[in-house]
This record gives sequence, structure tokens and C-alpha cells, in this order.
Amino acid sequence: MKIIKLFLIIFILINFSQSKSDIKSEELKNKILKNIRCLICQGQSVYDSESDFAFSIKLIVEKKIYDGLSEKQIYEFLREKYGEWILYDPVLSKNTYILWLLPLLLFLFGGAIVYMNLIIKKK
Amino acid sequence: MKNKIFLFIIILFFIFCFIIFYKGLNNSNIYTPNINNKKDLPIFISKDFYLETEVNSEKIFLDNNFYILNIWASWCVPCRKEHPILMELSRNKSIKLIGLNYRDNLNNAKKFIDELGNPYSQILIDEEGTLAVEFGAYGVPETFIIDKNKKIIKKFIGPLNQKLLKEIKLFLK
Amino acid sequence: MLANQIGYYSLILGLVLSFILSAVSIKDFYNNNQGINQKVLSLSFLQFFFVIISFLSLILSFINSDFSNETVFNNSHTTKPLFYKISGTWGNHEGSLLLWLLVLTLFIFLFLIKSNEQPKKYRILTLLFQQVIIIGFFLFLLKTSNPFNYLFPIPKEGLGLNPILQDPALAIHPPILYLGYVGSSIIFSASLSAVTQNYVSKEWAKHIKKWILISWIFLTLGIMLGSIWAYYELGWGGFWFWDPVENVSLMPWLTLTALLHCVVVLERRIALTSWIIILSIATFMLSMCGTFLVRSGILNSVHTFANDPERGIFILIFLFVLIFLSLGIFFLFHKENNKNLDKIFWLSKEASILINNWFLMYFLSVILIGTTYPIFLDVISAQKISVGPPFYHKLIVPFLIPFLVFMSLGPKLDWIKSKVENKFSLIIFFIISIFLSFFILRKLTPGVLFNTVLISPAFYLFFITTKDLFIKKFKNLSQSIAHFSFSMLLLSILFNSILSLEIITNIKVGEKYNFDKGQIFFQKLEKNKNSNYNSVIGHFKINNNKGKIIYLKPELRIYNQPVTITSEADIKTTLLADTFLVMNLVKGKEYFNIRYQVKPFMIWIWISVLLLSLGGLMSLLKKKYEK
Repeated sequence: MKIIKLFLIIFILINFSQSKSDIKSEELKNKILKNIRCLICQGQSVYDSESDFAFSIKLIVEKKIYDGLSEKQIYEFLREKYGEWILYDPVLSKNTYILWLLPLLLFLFGGAIVYMNLIIKKK
Repeated sequence: MKNKIFLFIIILFFIFCFIIFYKGLNNSNIYTPNINNKKDLPIFISKDFYLETEVNSEKIFLDNNFYILNIWASWCVPCRKEHPILMELSRNKSIKLIGLNYRDNLNNAKKFIDELGNPYSQILIDEEGTLAVEFGAYGVPETFIIDKNKKIIKKFIGPLNQKLLKEIKLFLK
Repeated sequence: MLANQIGYYSLILGLVLSFILSAVSIKDFYNNNQGINQKVLSLSFLQFFFVIISFLSLILSFINSDFSNETVFNNSHTTKPLFYKISGTWGNHEGSLLLWLLVLTLFIFLFLIKSNEQPKKYRILTLLFQQVIIIGFFLFLLKTSNPFNYLFPIPKEGLGLNPILQDPALAIHPPILYLGYVGSSIIFSASLSAVTQNYVSKEWAKHIKKWILISWIFLTLGIMLGSIWAYYELGWGGFWFWDPVENVSLMPWLTLTALLHCVVVLERRIALTSWIIILSIATFMLSMCGTFLVRSGILNSVHTFANDPERGIFILIFLFVLIFLSLGIFFLFHKENNKNLDKIFWLSKEASILINNWFLMYFLSVILIGTTYPIFLDVISAQKISVGPPFYHKLIVPFLIPFLVFMSLGPKLDWIKSKVENKFSLIIFFIISIFLSFFILRKLTPGVLFNTVLISPAFYLFFITTKDLFIKKFKNLSQSIAHFSFSMLLLSILFNSILSLEIITNIKVGEKYNFDKGQIFFQKLEKNKNSNYNSVIGHFKINNNKGKIIYLKPELRIYNQPVTITSEADIKTTLLADTFLVMNLVKGKEYFNIRYQVKPFMIWIWISVLLLSLGGLMSLLKKKYEK
């Protein structure tokens, strides 16, 4: 029980602190660009790519940040134009529940096995 | 007994994985965005190719007409190949062709048109490629059919050919 | 020309030898004499010898730019420097498979001559299982990936190799990596053999540990070389991208590390035997699975080889044949231990190793699921999604925190049962770590709370392992060094990622760009001609607000065969940080796009991994210095 609470705290801390920290627009732009896949050089992120497509996307993301759109709204815009594939961070949807939850389930399952194999006694 | 059930489940699992990987081999690993979604025509402001003045999209896609938007560039080799098809399409009075000049040098683009002919009733400049993104395009050439309700009903990625030309003509009926 | 023939027929001979060798060893298996028949050893050497001949023939064809050989034609060019002609031999699909065979046959031969004290039947069975793998690879090579295909008419020039691949780190990366990857085949074969012979014992543990260490050391170094190449060559200043090919090399490393720790337990008592067998099988299966994922074209990656579905199907079937074979043997022959010895006391070193396995298997599952899930989703519901760095970071980083704490405390526990001694110093170190992290990070970064939680356990591990290094001296030196370097690795990676500075901007010659920590001045452009490329070098002067000045000269190279433009970053390395500048052309414009990065502690990342391998090496040589 304590361990579960510890993990929950850590998870919350991560998500919480990331949204609270003061990220400048340049850093935000870089963060978003690293999360977008380039459609022409399909193994690279838009941040790394020098293709025409990457060039255009960089300008668009910059403009949208300037216009005040949030990170989520920018991803939504790109998702609408190009499909889910363009984002490196898979969204938690009915398609990806297994993706996100299976490792965690396996972790808990592994923990159960470890627990069963240990003698826990206090002397 | 418990062991045997366990073994059976594991074997089933691996057979499942094998089937998935086997089928996965036949799928292409290159991603192309879905071309079948019907989307609304985006509203945008752009520059006219010859007049070099700003144009609003609502003034371009006015009439109760079919429009075909074609993204092209002078440096794009397949665009040359598909050009005759565009010329043929432009003879059809019931549709209007709008060209989008993508990431190009204006002089080179003008030379391209002078050399091969102008199938477009209007050409727009997209120097930074940002307008193409509004259409969900990512390269050249790409072609879109826009219907009378201002919806994008079909998208073609790559150069047009005779077969696709027939498909377009069917759409227009 | 002749080299082609020799190379090809050597392979055929090698394959034939597999069958002869298998037959001779099966006969020897039923023979009741003490040691292995000398014939077996000689045949094994002969098989290795033929593969070497084949490999050397291919190298010769590359050196001579013999374009009648299709592989040479596709991957080489007359103007390539000699060193890269040679390394081009294994830098392509067919040649790298020949390298697989080389390592497979070499390792089984070395195993045979180094295992004289081991039971005879065990050694022969290991040889037989290895031959199954070897035969599979011979067939794969000869049927779908022949390095000795003829081309007629003979082309005058080759298609050249990508200039990005002409790099020293990349040249030695495959051989080193394969010694690790493919070396795990011996562990696989030996474990299956040990299971059938009921030989999973303390003696076996001592013997197999050496092979595990060899494979582990090379795999660690191989992965490091790949990252070094990516960092220096690819121009984005990163060293790990969670690309499928990278993931595929990390997964066997995780199982091998877990296996190493389990074997340390087995050396002392009969426990974790199921874990050991399963991990041994899993390591090699992951290597094979990795080969499948990378060479079949099923995944989209920066570094896939030329793809061919026929090859994919062959490896897929081969992989699953091996999986079902291993499953069969495990379930048929593995005997559960005496129930009394099974349970492990919770406060003991064995328990901490069990917990270690638990976490490592979790990390493995994250990487495996992340890499293969898109395939499953695509086949089942035709949806295409991407799984990239954010996924791996979110699922791995939070679990690193308890993992590091367990790693600090685990080695301090005793075998079997432990009373917690020195509780006081452990707690003090813990508190010091938290405060130290907090005060360092307070000044340096906005996300203090989160980063403190992350960095404290890394510091904790660092302090504990440093203390152990000084106090324990030579007792268990290899473990101390390995754990210490791991803590250093994590600290370097964490600080590097938290404190990195990156600036991207467009700049013209003569222009100055100001940012909050300093200024970049684009002084001039210099143009040069080299043997197979023209270069354009940008001279930049960067000064920061503290008055320090650095000159960086990133380069653009314009190759002519094939016509490619590559960008070479200029990196100045100091113990404290790397300064990194890369320059790119912008189409149709007069200005250049530059990326300037300051990356703290980069070199410590490489040093830590080297030290980590050193720890492994010390364990291998332990008997020698402990005497």
C-alpha cells in the first residue's frame, strides 16, 4: 500500500510540475517540435529534420504559439490535418489503453510474483 | 496440470504474435495520411501569383462550382509529368483549377508556366509552405477536389495520371 | 572474381560441415569415453576457418572494388578511402550476416576449447544447439542474402556508400556490437544444454558467468559506440532517440544484466534457476527478434537496412522455430527445485536481486511494448500511431527513482539473511543527497521539485558506491566499480538533460546573434576542396556573459558520388561541458540555419560507460588478481 502511494505521488509530481513550470515560448516551441514526426524524413522529428515540410511546420508552430494557442491545441490542429501518427507521444485513447497500461499491469504482476516468493517475517 | 495450462497459454500467445508479425510484413512501413476523410475547405489569406496582391480564400472559391486545387513547384520533377493532365482538365468548363505554388522562386515558377502553359484560373503563392499544411499536404505534387459545398472530397498524393484523370471525371458528374 | 568463387564455396562447405559436425558429435555423445573426440574440435575449427575465408574474400572484393560482386557494387565506390572500403564489408545487410556467422562459429569453437573441465554431454549438446542456429544462418545467407551474387555486365563504378556512414565509430560499431549480441547465442545454447542435462548448478554458474560477462561487456561497448556515432555525426546533439534499432540493442542488454545478477546468486546457492534459463533464452531471442524487426522492413526507422519481405519471412519463421524449441525444452526438462530452498528471505541480497530483476523486466516490457505496439495496432485495426521518446520517458523515469534506491541498498545486504547494519550512515547519506540536489538545482533550473526527486536517488547511489569503493578496497571491486559507474552514468545523463541549452536561429555572414547568456558572431565562410567532397566552413565566435570565448567551425560537405550534402558539427569537449554548433543551408536563402548547444557533462556519459565495461572486465579477470 505504501509503495502504491509512493508511486502515485511521483506520478502526480511529474505531471503537476511540468504544467506549473514557467516554460518560455522558445523552449515550448522546441518541446513541441521534438514531439512531431517529419512526414518526409519519417525517422526524424520535425525539430531534427531539414526538409521542406519540417520548415513549414516550424513556422506554423511558431505562429500558433505567438497567437496564444496551448500545446494541446497545437497538437490537436496537427492531428486533424495529418492523423495520429504525426505525434510521438501517443494520446491515451481506446486505441492506446493497452499500450500505456500493459507495462504497468506487468509491473504489478511482477510485484505480486516477487511478494509471493519472499518470506516476510519479523523476528 | 497447472503447468500444462500455462504452457498452452504461452504457446497460443506466441502463435498470435507470429500471425501479427507475418501480416505486418505485408503492410508498408511508410506512413501516408488518410486520404478519405472529407474535410472543410480551410479559410486563408494568400498572395496572387501574377498580381502579387493579397487574396482572401472566400473570394477565390466563390461560384457554385467544382474546384481543383493543385500544389506544384518548378523544382518538382513529377509536376512536369502531370502537367499535360492538368492542361486537359482545364479545358473542362465546369471546373476551375487553382494552383498553389509551393516553396518556390517566383521567377523559376513563372518560367515553368511560360514553358508548359497555364492550366490554372488562379495561382496562389505559398512561399513558406504553410498554406499547404492547412490542406494537410506535405509534399509536391498533391491535388484536391473541392465540391460545391466547399468541402474537400478527394485528395491525391503524387502526380496525376490517365487513370486518376478518369476517376476525377467520374467525380465531377 | 576468384574471391567471389572462393567466398561462395567456403560458405557451402561451412554448411556441409554443420551437418557432418552434428553427426560426429551425436555419435560422440553416445560414446562412453571421457573427453570429446578430437575430431569434433577439429571440425568445429574447420567450420570457423571456412567462414573466415569467406569473410576475407568479401573484404578482398571490397578492397579491390570488384563490382562483379553485387554487394560490393551496391555499397562501395572506387574513391572511398581504404579504411571505409574494408568497414563497408560489414556495413551492409549481406556482409553483416556473414559477420553473424563469423561470431557464431568463433564462439562455439572457443567454448569447446575453454570448457574442458565441463561434463562432456553438456558440451556436445551446447555444440548441437549452436549448430541449429548456425545452420539457420547459413541457409538464410545462401538463400536470401548471398554476399557473392554475380553482376553481369560488370559495372564500372559502385553506388557508393552514404558519407554519413563513413565514420570511425560506425566502422567498429557492428563488430563490437555483434560480439555482444551474437555472443549471447552461446549462453542460449549452453543454457538449453544445461537444462536437458540437469546441470543448472553452482559449477555451471561459475562457468557460464564468464560467457555472460564477455557478451555483456561487448554489448555495452557496442551500444556506446552507436550512441557516440549518433552524437558526433548526426548533428542534433542527441545520443539516444528511442529509435527501434536502438531499442532493439538495449533489450538484450537488460536481460543480460538481469541474467548476470541471477548467476551471481546461483554461484552461491541453488535459486533463481528458472529465471536464469528463461533470461538466457530471452536474451538471444531478443537479439534474433531485433534482427527481424530491423531487417524485414516491418518498422519505420532511420537506420533500417534495405528491406525485403522474403528475408523478413525467413527470419520470422527461424525466430519462432527457436522460440518453440526453447519452450519445449524448458517445459520438458526443467525440474523445479526442492520447495524448501525456494523462498527467499525478504531482507537479503537474493531478495534485492529479485527486485532488481523485477524492475529490469519492467523496463524491458516498456521498451518491447513501445517498439512493437504500432505493428499490432496496424494489423488489428489499420490505425497508424507513433511511439516515441515521450512515451519511454514517462514510463521509465518515475520507476528509476525507486530502482536507484534499491540499487543503493541492495548490495549492502547480506546473503541469505541480513540485519541492517550501519542504518545511521545510510539514512544520513539519503538526507545529504536530497539537500545537495535541492541546493544545486535551485540555482540552475525552474523545475526544482521534480528534478530534486529525480536527482536525489542518483546522488544517493553515487555516495554509497563511492564510499564502498574506498572502504571495501579489493573485495568485490568489480561490483563496486560497475555500480559506481552506473550511478555516474545516470547523474551525467540527468544533469545533461536538465541543464542543456539549445538555440536555433537563422544567421547571415557577418551577423551577430544575441541571447541571454551571450552572443554568437558569424565571422566568415571558408571554402575548400577535398578528395571526394567540397567543403564550406563557417567560422563562428561565441562569447558568453562571463567573458569566455570559443571558436567553432561547423562544416558543410558536398559529396559528388552520390550527390549529398552533409553537415558536420563542430564540438568542443571539456570535462565540464560540450559546446556544439551545427550549420545547415536554407533552401533559396542567403542565410544559414545554425543550432548552438551547450551540453554539460557529455564526456562523463562516455567515461561512465567505459568504466562500466571495465567493471565487467575486472569480474572476468577476478581470479587472476584475487590470487
